[in-house]
Amino acid sequence: MNPFDLTGRVAVVTGGNRGIGLGIAEGLAQAGAKVMIAARDAALSETAVEHIRQRGSEAAFFLTDIEDQGSCMALAENTLGRFGRLDILFNNAGIMIGGQPESTSLVDWERVMSTNLTGAFLCAQAVFPAMQRQGGGKIINLGSLASIFGTARGAAYAASKGGIVQLTRSLAVSWGGDNIQVNAILPGYIESELTRRAENERPGSFAAKLARTPAGRIGTPQDIAGAAVFLASAASDYVTGISIPVDGGYGVQI
Amino acid sequence: MAFKSEGLGHAFNGKAALVTGAGSGIGRATALAFAEAGANVLAADISSEGAAETVAMIAEAGGNAVPFAVDVASSADVAAMVAHTIRHFGRLDYAFNNAGISGGRPGLDDFDEALYDRVMAINAKGPLLGMKYQIPEMLKTGGGAIVNMASVAGLTGVGAFAYTASKHAVIGMTKAAAIRYAARNIRINAVCPGLVDTPMVARAAANNVAAASPDLNPVGRAAAPHEIAAAVLWLCSGQAAFVVGHPLVVDGGMLAG
Repeated sequence: MNPFDLTGRVAVVTGGNRGIGLGIAEGLAQAGAKVMIAARDAALSETAVEHIRQRGSEAAFFLTDIEDQGSCMALAENTLGRFGRLDILFNNAGIMIGGQPESTSLVDWERVMSTNLTGAFLCAQAVFPAMQRQGGGKIINLGSLASIFGTARGAAYAASKGGIVQLTRSLAVSWGGDNIQVNAILPGYIESELTRRAENERPGSFAAKLARTPAGRIGTPQDIAGAAVFLASAASDYVTGISIPVDGGYGVQI
Repeated sequence: MAFKSEGLGHAFNGKAALVTGAGSGIGRATALAFAEAGANVLAADISSEGAAETVAMIAEAGGNAVPFAVDVASSADVAAMVAHTIRHFGRLDYAFNNAGISGGRPGLDDFDEALYDRVMAINAKGPLLGMKYQIPEMLKTGGGAIVNMASVAGLTGVGAFAYTASKHAVIGMTKAAAIRYAARNIRINAVCPGLVDTPMVARAAANNVAAASPDLNPVGRAAAPHEIAAAVLWLCSGQAAFVVGHPLVVDGGMLAG
């Protein structure tokens, strides 16, 4: 038996219709899982689902506002209705609003916290009953290197991502007895829309990150998917409450 | 290594893996897992009987392995072990520097210097010597992956002075080596098990020198050796291609709480 095989498992990926989220959805599907993409944009989601189906895996999407508790509950119900079970939740959806802390508006602060941290909590809460009933499950939260390092021009983002690490630990110790493992992935500099936008806004940030990355390359969504498959599979049944940097060694080097 | 739908099924076909402390416990389970994933395995242990037993188990399962008797604290032994791997398999792709001892939990008042030296020599110098001889061989074939055995005792205190110091040392050297060789496609990481059902832990528990209670973590049980092996194989696989210098904790949530 291959402990990394996800055949028969059902995975929900929030924000799974583009970038790192789509890479994760594809990775879990390739490892055998059926995938439910939870996102706001119908057209993008439809394209993502079609993309995964073309590669021979089952996929669907559910329009979800993760900041809304009712919407998260509906996501869980719809996933169960559609696929009959719910084994894996990947809390990937997140936003970044940059700016100096002294001029960050309360609205922006709350939007970042609400999407990145509260959204992850609400989704975890919504899938818990199904996972408990089934005898176990896997929850994976997307942190960031901003979870462990300070971020100039991104205090709200860093605070929300730091919160992800503590949410991960707390859910892990709360639900360990229910055989639900909860872990986080902390991506380093990954090629995505978000990082390309940052490069456009502040040219040179790409090169600076690359210079500090021992692996000598920028990461890809597939790199994150590789960690997702491990944390979604039976291979990690004794792994819980941890945060794995997938950063090419960026966080290890000064 | 491509990201494949079969996960790690036979991801290591044609590759060669070296495991120290392969004669029992986590080392044996990892040697078996590497072989099952298609790798040729050099099963090294201080006990030649233990190594031979593991090789027999791998052969029985249809895999390919060679035994080797090694004292990982001896530079000459470690060099010979790596040379033996190359002689048999022509290459070295993965190494798990796993051999270690617990050293008990004496207090500082009756602390034995010789015990400290022995624990450090096996647990800390062992992986350092391993990397010294493994890396040049991996560079010849364009890269590889190394996992060093640390412990949750590498990240927190467990009341055993020498053991805790040695495991902190392993994590430090893993990070230092990882950042030096990552650009040359050699990924170096560590694994940090919590409570694992192994002969070493059973011996320690029988001597009443380590608490062996499955109530100690949120998962509520000790790990089986194969669960640590799965983490080691993942770290060596293409699925962990961007994971560098990380001490991967496999502890049932012990450190989280």
